Amino acid sequence: MTMAETYQTPDGRTIGGQVMEMKNITLRFGGVKAITDISFDIREGEIRAIIGPNGAGKSSMLNVMNGFYHPQEGEVWFHGKKRGPMKPHQIAKQGIARTFQNIALFSGMSTLDNIMTGRLTHMKTGILKQAMWWGPAEKEETENREVVEKVIDFLEIQSIRKTPVGRLPYGLQKRVELGRALAAEPKLLLLDEPMAGMNVEEKEDMSRFILDVNDEFGTTIALIEHDMGVVMDIADRVVVMDYGKKIGDGSPDEVRNNQDVIDAYLGVAHD
Amino acid sequence: MSAGFYYGTEVFLNGLMTGVLYSLVALGFVLIFKSSGIFNYAQGVMALFAALTLVGLQDGQVPFAHLINSIFGTQVHHFGWHLPALLAILLTAGVMVVLAILVERYILRHLVNQPDIILFMATIGLAYFMEGFGDLMWGSEIKKLDVGIPQGGNIWIEENTAFLGGDDFYGFYLDSLDIVAAVFAGLLVLSLVLFSQYTKTGRALRAVADDHQAALSVGISLRFIWVVVWSIAGFIALVAGIMWGSKSGVQFSLSLIALKALPVLMLGGFTSIPGAIVGGLIIGVGEKMFEFLIGAPFLGGATENWFAYMLALVFLVFRPQGLFGDKIIERV
Repeated sequence: MTMAETYQTPDGRTIGGQVMEMKNITLRFGGVKAITDISFDIREGEIRAIIGPNGAGKSSMLNVMNGFYHPQEGEVWFHGKKRGPMKPHQIAKQGIARTFQNIALFSGMSTLDNIMTGRLTHMKTGILKQAMWWGPAEKEETENREVVEKVIDFLEIQSIRKTPVGRLPYGLQKRVELGRALAAEPKLLLLDEPMAGMNVEEKEDMSRFILDVNDEFGTTIALIEHDMGVVMDIADRVVVMDYGKKIGDGSPDEVRNNQDVIDAYLGVAHD
Repeated sequence: MSAGFYYGTEVFLNGLMTGVLYSLVALGFVLIFKSSGIFNYAQGVMALFAALTLVGLQDGQVPFAHLINSIFGTQVHHFGWHLPALLAILLTAGVMVVLAILVERYILRHLVNQPDIILFMATIGLAYFMEGFGDLMWGSEIKKLDVGIPQGGNIWIEENTAFLGGDDFYGFYLDSLDIVAAVFAGLLVLSLVLFSQYTKTGRALRAVADDHQAALSVGISLRFIWVVVWSIAGFIALVAGIMWGSKSGVQFSLSLIALKALPVLMLGGFTSIPGAIVGGLIIGVGEKMFEFLIGAPFLGGATENWFAYMLALVFLVFRPQGLFGDKIIERV
């Protein structure tokens, strides 16, 4: 596929050109290969899933995408440019936001403050002006606060705005974490097992929010799951990983009928 | 009310004011510990260094005069000017920022993800380096620090409270310096709290204290935050240095105020800002009241030297995480 190519989803959305392209990524920890020569792309406006059994290297892949890990081989391209060696916080500034598998919220801070941290990449006033609560700093706070309030409305978490997130139940914490990532108005949103550890109802809620985010804001989303069921319903295209290698890539239907994928998930019959 | 009651109150008030200073020093520790997990042994020496620099700048001392003179055979000591106190304080604050940048650049950056004990050792090294460097830069003799804070018993308070306790009572004796120190420490604490609650950098600061990975993922530069935190710790050291230095001169013993912050931290918890404040007040009041009520009459006095540490020990046994510290829950 080339950059300009677009495609239509079954539900009639047009998916645009490449937002991110991973080229021949190999990641090693000492002698252990976590990812072996994996390539795939993520396109404008799509929901791209990376699935695979536990230990397949999915989270490592996400960590490469947001710069926590630096692959030994391969290239990461973002918006048509090859990405040099960058720190995670610089990559966040480029417009990549993420959530974590084991919720990484600022537990001592309120829901509102947590989501406000998502706006940091959009706030520019210097530290001296902030310290004096100077005009521009105040204006900036107010403007960004408005965006945050919209996110809070969108995720239906008005009632817990002032609650320290450490006290919230798991499902709500996951939602606040999504809110923090959304507040950044990211060009690419990375979700690390957004439905892990949730009950059926919470999973449905989360699926709905992911679809709504994509639908209303046109946000490009890459998400990791090891539970195939939910993913197949919401993803446009799916990469399947097993033991650090890519064993499938395509629409949910294609992937579902891929023999390697079936083997990886169900085990190979020995008779 | 008997005069004894009012003397007790006076001791209590004095304790509170000493306590505010303890809180201030402890706060320097807490800020750095929360944001980077480092127990900064050098906090006390930073106060000494700040005070030395302040005196040096104010008196127009030539830095490294001894070194310069012995190498070049010159006789330079002073530039011959005398800076206004406020300007000297601002310049010293600037020096503390530069120090923070250097600490981040040449120490912290290289020790990321090292075990806590290594970081602690690094700050011990830093403490002794700064002590020596301060001596080399400004000389090691005891210096008088005067930034214009009034000293001695506050007459106004004494005269206006004398009527309370009848003939035996002459009014509360409170040192003006202590009052000013308490007011400034209080203002500093208040502005720190406001800064961390209502600005984006303050929010980033709290974020880093909670979770490094998550902080990075929202675009916070840890290095920048470390510089900010060490600068703030530097300002706190400066204020503590000014207060203690005005009281007893700028000399090595000033760096020992850090030791008084230890029991405060054990009481308040290493990770809690309110804990540092309340802990400081409890220690300040506690040691003065203990001396007044029990120490002096029954134990032969001088209990102030050890009371804080005993209290901290008792606390460690019954509540190791301190008053407000994060709960220590170890899952098996």
